[in-house]
Amino acid sequence: MHSIGRPLKRLEDRPLLTGAGRFAADIAFPGQVTMRVVRSPVAFGRLLAIDASAALACPGVLAVWTAADVADLPPIDFRMTKIDGLEPYRQPVLARDFVRYVGEPVAVVFAADPYAAEDAADLVFCEIDDLSPCLDPLAEPGEFAPGASTLRTEPAVLRKGYGDLDAAFAQAHAVVELAVSIGRHSGIPLETRGAVAILGDDDVLTLHGAAKVVHYNRDAIARMLGRDPAKLQLSECHVGGGFGIRGEIYPEDVLACAAALRLRRPVRWIEDRREHQIAANHSRDQSHRLRAAVDGRGFILGLDVCFFTDQGAYIRTHGATVSDLAAALLPGPYIVPAYRVEGHIRLTNKTPSGTYRAPGRYETTFARERLIDAIAHRLGLDPVAVRRVNLIPETAMPFDRGIDALGTHVVYDSGKYHDLLERALGHLGYPALKDEIAARRATGEAVGLGLAFFVEKSGLGPRDLARVSVAGDGAVRIVTGACSIGQGVETAMAQICAETLRVPIDRMTVVHGQTREIPIGFGAYASRVTVMTGSAVKLATEDLLGQASRIAGRLLQADPAVLAYRDGAFLHPDTGASVDLATIASQSAEGLTGEGLFETSHMNYPYGVHVAQVRIDRETCGVSVERYLVAYDIGRAINPMLVEGQIVGAAVQGIGGALLEEFVYDPDGQPLATSFADYLMPTSREAPPVDVLLREDAPSPLNPLGVKGAGEGGLTAVGAAIASAVDDALGRPGLVSRLPITPDFLHGALAAPAGR
Amino acid sequence: MKPAAFDYHRPTDVAAALALLDLHGADGKVLAGGQSLVAAMNFRLARPGVLIDVNRLAELDYLRVEGGHLRIGALTRHAAFHRPVVEGPLGRLLSRVVDHVAHYPIRQRGTFAGSLAHADPASEWCLAATVLDAEIVVRNLRGERLIPAAAFFKGTFTTALEPDELIIEIRLPLLDAGWQGGFSEFSRRAGDFALAMALAALKVEGGIIRAAKLGIGGVADRAIRLSGIEAALVGREATESSFRAAGAEASHALEPGADIHASSGYRRDLIAAMVTRALAEAAA
Repeated sequence: MHSIGRPLKRLEDRPLLTGAGRFAADIAFPGQVTMRVVRSPVAFGRLLAIDASAALACPGVLAVWTAADVADLPPIDFRMTKIDGLEPYRQPVLARDFVRYVGEPVAVVFAADPYAAEDAADLVFCEIDDLSPCLDPLAEPGEFAPGASTLRTEPAVLRKGYGDLDAAFAQAHAVVELAVSIGRHSGIPLETRGAVAILGDDDVLTLHGAAKVVHYNRDAIARMLGRDPAKLQLSECHVGGGFGIRGEIYPEDVLACAAALRLRRPVRWIEDRREHQIAANHSRDQSHRLRAAVDGRGFILGLDVCFFTDQGAYIRTHGATVSDLAAALLPGPYIVPAYRVEGHIRLTNKTPSGTYRAPGRYETTFARERLIDAIAHRLGLDPVAVRRVNLIPETAMPFDRGIDALGTHVVYDSGKYHDLLERALGHLGYPALKDEIAARRATGEAVGLGLAFFVEKSGLGPRDLARVSVAGDGAVRIVTGACSIGQGVETAMAQICAETLRVPIDRMTVVHGQTREIPIGFGAYASRVTVMTGSAVKLATEDLLGQASRIAGRLLQADPAVLAYRDGAFLHPDTGASVDLATIASQSAEGLTGEGLFETSHMNYPYGVHVAQVRIDRETCGVSVERYLVAYDIGRAINPMLVEGQIVGAAVQGIGGALLEEFVYDPDGQPLATSFADYLMPTSREAPPVDVLLREDAPSPLNPLGVKGAGEGGLTAVGAAIASAVDDALGRPGLVSRLPITPDFLHGALAAPAGR
Repeated sequence: MKPAAFDYHRPTDVAAALALLDLHGADGKVLAGGQSLVAAMNFRLARPGVLIDVNRLAELDYLRVEGGHLRIGALTRHAAFHRPVVEGPLGRLLSRVVDHVAHYPIRQRGTFAGSLAHADPASEWCLAATVLDAEIVVRNLRGERLIPAAAFFKGTFTTALEPDELIIEIRLPLLDAGWQGGFSEFSRRAGDFALAMALAALKVEGGIIRAAKLGIGGVADRAIRLSGIEAALVGREATESSFRAAGAEASHALEPGADIHASSGYRRDLIAAMVTRALAEAAA
């Protein structure tokens, strides 16, 4: 009986569905202190003084810290994509000398309970000499710290490319140019962040509420605190959504740890919604200018791109990751023989930003697919035909892009792009659907179709370790260095283990997000867990089974090679004697534990097609998504039900970024979308039926499971597909040049004369 | 997002509630459904020193028809209107409107009277009260008075209610069977505040409009009754072109407000569409 490929119900659901979940805010200790962050009320200014005397006089207040109290704590370092010149732009845990965005931590109050803490925080007065904020990432770079340094607000410019671009443009049949932008939005987990730090009697400090990358964060926080990493543990609770933004080190995590050490009391910080909207990482917010040299068939001979990423006030843990990924992966599924890209990292006086599910790909897929539509329109060609002409053929796989991303060489490992495109069209009955749309449009309805192709990336290395053990009662324990942000890690790992071990997954416990349990872990991001941790679990299970087989041979007095293995037991084919794993474990002196280490230096590349059908109310400019298809090849689906859940959830999130969500600022840099009344997440009423065409036609040759990551591809092309559908519905090619496509934007765009 | 400290009272009869309001004056705030007030307190945008919870005032939990009016007791929840509360066009119209009042869980808790007291410019009930000639019965320790909707709403979150007064009931004149209501609203998502909305009631005989009530909401500091357009509609044919003309005129009735979701110009065009649609529905 195979376990892989079956839609088994999730191991992790029982506590969640019965109300037994334990999230960060459920962690409480006797004698705990509440931490409340005092945040900058202005976007940019010199921090002259902080008066905490009134706050300190409040009942229940233990301490108020400002930058001076944490002068020993260094700024928060980069976890990824550390490139030269970024260091001076790192964020201090509390603002020093300048405040650079509304919401920046300037002080922390420690008090007996959340009410007293908030009362006192209201009484911390900051004397700030206001400076004129920079809010436009396209403006000439200005001074980062006027009068204090010569740093400019452009920390770095990334340049990548290959091929002879000049030759491409010299032989072009046409040159198509396009300027597009993607608004500022982010992953918004419904559970806000939390950090609960407690110092044990054994002098081990434990931080609860950690997520995503607990091993890295343990080491990084230990370094900041000047503490032996062995004296710091990070522990993940249930996590109500990650999406890339949660689980990075933020000032609050470090402050909670430092306070637990200094105050010798458990310290608890639970973020509120308003804080989350201005404190946790923002994302997206890119502007692209593209120039393509094309031949008469719409084949891209050369592509020249310049883009700007608004990274907000500081460079946080992701360093240059988003811009690096955008620059490297923009060409996507197309051949593009010559390419040049210049990515400007710009700072403004907004909340700092980082990665959000499909970072760099959501943005560049929008830019690239808008360009393909523009090429088709310019040449009078069918947009699907132009995609066919440009797609990398199966025979070219593996396809070396000749470019690096995240320090790895970009080589598309496998893919049948044309085949998936035809399957997606076939699944929709595309010609008949186009006729149906045309018939509706003839009656005056504004209804349209949009298609976008994309390549994702997943399975970022460098390595992962897993240990699988069987106890004397037959219980299986799988210890991983992965983290669970709600994506179904436990079930997927158990199914991979069960495929080899042939025992039901409900006998398995999967450990994740606990630094004390395993020395190596690279966590959950970049759609890496199923690929990396999953492969390690497979190797560990095989190691365990090999050991078990040797012990079984000894116990049954037979050559292990002759034993048959079935449903968790070894069977002697001649004598009929058998011994199961539980017995082997209980009769083996050293217990029964297998270990697997999986390493890779390459990412792998799933790919897909999105098709959106939208209807627009011409009078209100409201856009309704009537139907949505995601066709996605992930090589191999461990649990197709979980994959479908990932894809549907991601598609709805993508609709949020395409139509609804935006962090809007006023001209003074005040954030205006600080609650769910103004930051509009899609609800079930805005979510269309999402049709998923899951394919396993191009397994990855880079790991023993053949899997590619499934976490992000439901999101990647949503902005592109919906934009194309809106153009189509209104009969205005190129109308949508930005996301989100708000009714107000459409109203303005429709009022402008056609064919700008 | 924890509220500032406050004192809390939960009286069990109206007299006691009025005594508390009298005692605390402007420092006191009535808590009914709490769907706006509690959020405002958590954001510390509202910091009432004293909360007077009226949820135990059973005597205000009623809906009845009396003297040609629908009388809505102050404790009536939004959800009560999901089913028509009275036969005829009024019950049908209120039932049509309530689907746009926030979301299902909020409708179980929030009250009709609370919406009026809060006076959000995008409140559907404030628009209904304005267009349907509601009278608001308010009471303090010294007595009771009747305030017509036209005099009740003073602006964003501002009403004619004195700090020591409590809304007792809202009276909506019944609409006879000759009337038909229509409502249209546009918001970014289902349940969001209206970017614009219109509520209409028409009496049509032989294809001719004999009487009209019309108003718009979500576009100014309060719901706006369009009396001039009502008068102009009377005597005209109940046709699409009449409604479009009314919509166009309504869009020039005022300079709509702008916010992050809608510019003034966009709202202006939305008004035209909402008015046209509400009228068409009222004549369908």
